[in-house]
Amino acid sequence: MGNEFVPLSLPPLLIGCLAALACALPGNFLLLRRQALIGDAISHVVLPGIVVGFLVTGTSSTWPMMLGAAAAAVVAVALIQLVHRVGRIEPGAAMGVVFTTLFAAGVLLLEQSDTSNVHLDVEHALYGNLESLIWLDATGWSSLLDPAALVWLPPELTRMAVVLVLVMLFIGLLWRPLAISTFDEGFARTLGIRVGPLGLALVIVSAIAAVAAFDAVGSIIVIAMFICPPAAARMMTDRLLVQVGWSALFAVASAIIGYVLAGYGPLWLGYSDSVSAAGMIATVSGLILAVAAMFGPVRKGRAA
Amino acid sequence: MIDIGYNATLVAIGAGLLGVAAGVIGAFLYFRKRSLMSDAISHATLPGVAIAFLVMVALGGEGRNLVGLLTGAALSSLAGLWLVHWINRNTRLGEDAAIGAILSVFFGFGIVLLTVIQTIGAGRQAGLESFLLGSTAGMLRADAYVIAVGGALALIACLILRRPMTLVSFDAEYAATQGLRPGRVDMAMMTLALAVTVIGLKVVGLILIVALLILPAVAARFWSDRSEVVALLAGVIGGVSGAVGAVISSLAPGLPTGPIIVLVAAALFTVSLILAPTRGVLAGVIAQLRFRHRVHMRQGLLALAHGHRVHEGYTLRLLRRAGLIRADGVATSEGQREAALAAQDERRWTVLRGRPEAATLAAHYDGLTPIDTVLTSDQLTELDRLMKQGSDHGHATIRRAERGRSDG
Amino acid sequence: MNDLSQTAPLKVRGLTVSYGATPAVFSADITVQPGAMTAIIGPNGAGKSTLLKAVLGIIPRLSGQVEVYGESFDSQRARVAYVPQRASVDWDFPTRVIDVVQMGLYRQLGLLGRVRGQHRALAQECLSRVGMSDFAARQIGQLSGGQQQRVFLARALAQGADLYLLDEPFAGVDAATEKAIIEVLKSLKAEGKTILAVHHDLSTVPDYFDHVFIINKTPVAEGTVQEAFTQDALQRAYGGRLASGLLDQLFPVANPAPPASFGAGPA
Repeated sequence: MGNEFVPLSLPPLLIGCLAALACALPGNFLLLRRQALIGDAISHVVLPGIVVGFLVTGTSSTWPMMLGAAAAAVVAVALIQLVHRVGRIEPGAAMGVVFTTLFAAGVLLLEQSDTSNVHLDVEHALYGNLESLIWLDATGWSSLLDPAALVWLPPELTRMAVVLVLVMLFIGLLWRPLAISTFDEGFARTLGIRVGPLGLALVIVSAIAAVAAFDAVGSIIVIAMFICPPAAARMMTDRLLVQVGWSALFAVASAIIGYVLAGYGPLWLGYSDSVSAAGMIATVSGLILAVAAMFGPVRKGRAA
Repeated sequence: MIDIGYNATLVAIGAGLLGVAAGVIGAFLYFRKRSLMSDAISHATLPGVAIAFLVMVALGGEGRNLVGLLTGAALSSLAGLWLVHWINRNTRLGEDAAIGAILSVFFGFGIVLLTVIQTIGAGRQAGLESFLLGSTAGMLRADAYVIAVGGALALIACLILRRPMTLVSFDAEYAATQGLRPGRVDMAMMTLALAVTVIGLKVVGLILIVALLILPAVAARFWSDRSEVVALLAGVIGGVSGAVGAVISSLAPGLPTGPIIVLVAAALFTVSLILAPTRGVLAGVIAQLRFRHRVHMRQGLLALAHGHRVHEGYTLRLLRRAGLIRADGVATSEGQREAALAAQDERRWTVLRGRPEAATLAAHYDGLTPIDTVLTSDQLTELDRLMKQGSDHGHATIRRAERGRSDG
Repeated sequence: MNDLSQTAPLKVRGLTVSYGATPAVFSADITVQPGAMTAIIGPNGAGKSTLLKAVLGIIPRLSGQVEVYGESFDSQRARVAYVPQRASVDWDFPTRVIDVVQMGLYRQLGLLGRVRGQHRALAQECLSRVGMSDFAARQIGQLSGGQQQRVFLARALAQGADLYLLDEPFAGVDAATEKAIIEVLKSLKAEGKTILAVHHDLSTVPDYFDHVFIINKTPVAEGTVQEAFTQDALQRAYGGRLASGLLDQLFPVANPAPPASFGAGPA
């Protein structure tokens, strides 16, 4: 059993879990700050970012593209702020203006440039290719202890793990100021917390998580994981720390159940091919949210 | 083979009509602060398209009938809309979270269904991917008719409903007293947004159709503060974007229709953002600089008049540049004169604001407006006389003067 | 009272704040006396809250200097506590009453400092000072408006500051809360702390406060209640918006000397 599971299923499962966690953790704060849709905006502008990264460097290696995507996310956030503040446009509409424009520009650039020899297309950007992240050098569970085989782990796994550590460090170190400034921004300012830079840092960390996750699993999961697990966790508790814990649990559960359903569900129904794991993970996170919204102990808010 | 030129023209007309309808509807969504609702609507169409395809294939059809696919899109997006509404009403989540959850989950489920379609072998021929980004290449004439007629119908519906929508988006409670039902008008608005989205799926694609509902409205908002004008202008901007974008994209290969339409709209938005009078960025920056200048100048002069020291560097620079103080901070003779005038103005305001009968006039006070731009010269004389006397005799005169002024 | 040898807890010079192109506060000067309870009063839209927020750096100021205990606000943050207007926070936030009070310990705890027994005890004590110790484990949104206001006061107490800035502490609270809050404020004053509060109820000014700062975009009057809280100053600040009934109540007889019951008149 391990002979097939370890090389073919373990890496995508792990990558799915790491990506889900990396998005869901900052998603808690975005949700509470009513910036839930930032994840949506970021995942749209990733496309123009990687296209520009590719055009500038001329290579399809991962780092230039990821840098391009991260830069695009920061540019998008800056533009949203500009349109919102300077143009006095309400935040939702400002966001809509910016991400649709950048996404359209990305699609046009992609069509206009010769990217046929690299694996770069809109569909891949949307639903990634989790299933293809396999570890051919593994022969079984024992490979996990074999340095020669470990070298050939999919690089996405390492990257995602590094990013998750970064996200956890950020949230762990800045937990207190993040919580205070999310709850009561004016009070946070009087304490000397630099609310503006902190908010920007949160968005940038979310963008890094989104870009890394996007590279591995496509942007659907990114949007779903930013919102659904934290939203479901919101129905479970009235304590921030507990909420973050629930969101992590829901994120991992979505990733595992979604991956298994996508890979084996069709077989159980008598079909031979599997369906999109990314799409299925998003679907499962939605089902978890639905259950939490109907039965969660604190699903109804108390405030007026 | 169908005549491409004729088809492209039809598509351009359809896209133009669609753009007008989307612009007008988008303006009302914007007034109601629900622009991003369209994002949920559009992403939620995907499972419907896929299910409609599967159903049509199961019934032995070809599966690509546009009307059938769009009906499916409308139904699933209606379900998405209802769920956003439900989450918003029955849980503690805000509308933004509800929108994000619905759009990602529906879209994810749609992707699952697309891979199912590939699995069962109807695969590549389905061409359902074209709904993601829109594609007018190789469009059937019947499809072009559907889009043109659909765009025209949506526009007509907008025109009929524009008055109730204006009333409700301006003040829902007042509209309710006028016999309108805000809930229903909102629903009609959402249904129209949904109709525009569905009709636009084939042309602009579901990821970008939301742009047609947001960009023209936001661009138009820069040019006017009147809702009817904004809605009209949004229609014009949307129509131009749709038609021009469709034409440009038909001129050369590699110019996908949806993105081109969006980029035309984005260009119009950028121009509006920067150049619009009063609300535009350029006008705003100039006004802000002028305002800062006035504040510091006035405060500097008042400080001079009261013999206080001026501490702020910017104020000092302004006064120095205007020749009102010397390098050592002492007022020049002109500076003394100006300072005395400012102080007199402030004193006059103080007296005026202490008089209950002059409350309307006193409300003009903001620390910057010179009093002689608010009072007539007669009123000024009266005010000065009062300041000298400090008596109550002038009340009636001021009141009379104020009445005369508001008549004029 | 007016010990001028002590530095003023708060000194503001030439403060102008604007929303858009009209000043909300224009060229305000204010000097808060140490150990005093000062009310900021003025009509709606006079810039009372704006003044407070600009002093604290919550909203940007167009011009003006702010000194706290003779130095920049930045260097004196630890000595200032702020109680915001109740409406300004997210009541649905997943946090308990005791967590909110512990936010007041932020400057003491820093980023990663552990919350120890002494911190918990301090937070609990602050809660009991405002009469809310039974509610420590409740979610903040479950409380009534007055109870929420008291929790915010407890958070300010936890900061252990010398200068307390309060934005409409009595707005929309029940009578019991109003009484509890004023008791706490008076005990703070007895400890020598300084209090500056935006206040909207003119009828309670003489009872609650000893100094007033009257503003309507620009300062109208400043000083002790006896000096500055006059019919003339109120008239100038409020214009026609002041109900004459209230004026009669505050200043019962216009011409003869005010009766002994008003203010701190001759006994």
